[in-house]
Amino acid sequence: MYYTQAGRHFTSYSSDSRLIPFAEDRILLAAIFAFGLFVLPFTASDYWLSGILIPWLCLSLVALGQNILMGYAGQLSLGSAGFMAAGAFACYNFELRLEWMPFPVSLLLSGLVAAAIGVLFGLPSLRVRGLYLAVATLASQFFIVWVIDKFGWFKNYDSSGIITAQDIVILGYEFTTPAEMYVVVLIIVALLTWLAMNMAKGSIGRNWMAVRDMDVAAEAMGLSLLRTKLQAFAISSFYCGVGGALFAFTFLQSVEPVAFDILLSFRILFMVIIGGLGTIIGAYLGSGFILLLPIFLNIFFHAVVGDAIDATIISAFEQVIFGVMMILFMIYQPLGMARILENTLERLRAWPFRR
Amino acid sequence: MQVSTLTRRAAGGVAAFATAAAMFAAAPAVAEEEQYFPVPSSRVGPFSAMGTGYYGGIIDFMNYTNIKHGGVNGVKLVWAECETEYNAARTVECYQRLLTGPNGQKMLVFDTLGTPGAYAVINRMAEEETVLAQYGYGRTDAADGTVWPWVFNAASHYWSQIGMKMQFMADQEGGVENMRGKKIVHLHIDSAYGREPLPAMRQISEDWGIELVEISIPPPGLEQQSQWLQIRRERPDWVTFWGAGSGMNSTGMTNAARMGFPRERLVYVTFGGAEEDMVPAGDAAAGTFVVANAVPGRDFPLIADMYKTLYEDSDEGNMTNPDRVGQVYYNRGVGAAVMWIEALKNAQEMSGKVGKAVTGAEFRDGYEALDMTPAKLEEIGISGMVAPFKLSCSKHDGAGKFRMMQWNGEKFDLVTDWMGPPDPTFIRGLVESSAAKFASENGVTAKECS
Repeated sequence: MYYTQAGRHFTSYSSDSRLIPFAEDRILLAAIFAFGLFVLPFTASDYWLSGILIPWLCLSLVALGQNILMGYAGQLSLGSAGFMAAGAFACYNFELRLEWMPFPVSLLLSGLVAAAIGVLFGLPSLRVRGLYLAVATLASQFFIVWVIDKFGWFKNYDSSGIITAQDIVILGYEFTTPAEMYVVVLIIVALLTWLAMNMAKGSIGRNWMAVRDMDVAAEAMGLSLLRTKLQAFAISSFYCGVGGALFAFTFLQSVEPVAFDILLSFRILFMVIIGGLGTIIGAYLGSGFILLLPIFLNIFFHAVVGDAIDATIISAFEQVIFGVMMILFMIYQPLGMARILENTLERLRAWPFRR
Repeated sequence: MQVSTLTRRAAGGVAAFATAAAMFAAAPAVAEEEQYFPVPSSRVGPFSAMGTGYYGGIIDFMNYTNIKHGGVNGVKLVWAECETEYNAARTVECYQRLLTGPNGQKMLVFDTLGTPGAYAVINRMAEEETVLAQYGYGRTDAADGTVWPWVFNAASHYWSQIGMKMQFMADQEGGVENMRGKKIVHLHIDSAYGREPLPAMRQISEDWGIELVEISIPPPGLEQQSQWLQIRRERPDWVTFWGAGSGMNSTGMTNAARMGFPRERLVYVTFGGAEEDMVPAGDAAAGTFVVANAVPGRDFPLIADMYKTLYEDSDEGNMTNPDRVGQVYYNRGVGAAVMWIEALKNAQEMSGKVGKAVTGAEFRDGYEALDMTPAKLEEIGISGMVAPFKLSCSKHDGAGKFRMMQWNGEKFDLVTDWMGPPDPTFIRGLVESSAAKFASENGVTAKECS
């Protein structure tokens, strides 16, 4: 319907190796981005912006980080929420202690802090793999949160341990309304997504995939496992750190270690698996599914059933439906939502002519 | 492709779209005078006992006010619910969702029933002109109304509570002078909520010459074996238990029984000891002390009449199990809702809008003007259920008084009258210095209170 791939040939290397080869796809993506940047901030309600879109974008970024490590480099890791906490607290401390620092720089540095910690906890990946690596990386989850909890300096000696995130100030302008914060998040997330697409398509991504598919063969072909694996850990943690900082500063607007618990790590893991391992779009779809489905179920049941059924049963029922849907997903589409989207697009291309 | 298949597929899409559109359809216009309240409940997960009881009490009281009195001066109370799962992120989402009610009104008051949730939304209150009513939980230094004009702690906070507990222990030991050299273990869940009482507790321990041992339990707190072994080594005179969730709380008591630690030396926090926590622990629970900021019981005239109106005469009650009416969490929810409604009455009178809906700012003034005298509590029918108190521009915490209860194996016995911390001015000083620290760090200008 929209366009067809058949009969199109690239005539130069540069056109063949473009990030998004088809002009139609480029236009579509640009249109979506423009819609998000120029239409949504003015039309969407504050609830949609700060209750749905901001957390969705932040967690998509984290899921993207997890996907780089798990989907592209094949390293099963369970510490993403810990790296989010590292990023969030690093950003808080940069903003607190170095007041002159612009927010984007704080964000970049907090990503780098998370990346450094990620490299440290990525070291076991050189020895163990698979589920054993997941257990080893689990340590990062508990260790980071424990350190932040244990040493008051990270929390500026706040007695409760929950600190208020500072306002986001860029070039003297304060981004405080939901629409303004949404724009900040959208631009950063879009930028990092574009970067991730480039890495995934380029030599870095091919190195990761070689290690994922068979690390012995990759090593035999001259790839440094040490470099490739630690690089994946660093970049993945960078994404998690930036995502965590954005999550804390724009969504929660408070920074507390307990918010980044093991359950969040699991949810991010599910996002990647449900969304589709080794895909960029999967991170967005998966986090949308895991984050938004329970919310929509809650809204839906309260709107449709209302007071007819006891609210406790409704709440329990929502969880049951959510669980059943996850199981069905895994049975009928183990390759994730990204594959469903791909299949749908494939069909749409042939739309009126094939059933 | 056949036409029928096409239409069928199209119909599916249209139906899905229509459902989605209906879900977000514009709010109908307000016909009669209504006042909207949000109910961010937590009905599933480890905190479900707390959430169902507390928010059940709130909903029942609003419903009762509508049925019995036709609302507040003719203004009908309406509400919308949202599931938070006691999770800070979901609470923020619920806050945004509930901000505007189904009738298009903005909410006046928000009550998260959870310290993590309260911290996550606390900074949005002034901007959105919404009252954050923390009923005995949450940010303690918000009791300073000059820094936190929109946040209240009407059922007292954790610092008063820990002071009251230590006073209770001193009374049991025969006076403060006998506390010197005693050892107290503060066994708490490793979260902001578990650590909240520590600033006050450390100071009082130092003043009284008590050895304070802090032992933390990582969430969710179901595994406490090693901590209790450590307690057995320490041989403390008292243990203050700061737990959350029924699983953790009953595990604490069964572990204490296994280690042979006398339950008569174990003091539970307000959110750690309810019937739902005691019953699962069985015989191990007998003797445990629990602090109450709203006394359980169905004999209070208001609770008795609510039970009769909502559960016997009609089927309007929110509790699935009517036996829970009058229990700890239910009465606490009623206590919280009574304050909402009294504040609403104040707001209507003060702004000359009797019989009309009020705004957030007017509600805030009404809440701040709460004066729950013994006569007033008697009139409402909750005399003895909550402590009398009065709020003011700077003083946003309630009575600062609690009653100690003891579980006798079947129900709670009240063992003390309302009692407060040994030195309320000291607690107040802590509140003010902590609030001042927050104000200076965040560039908040304290409000002038004449």
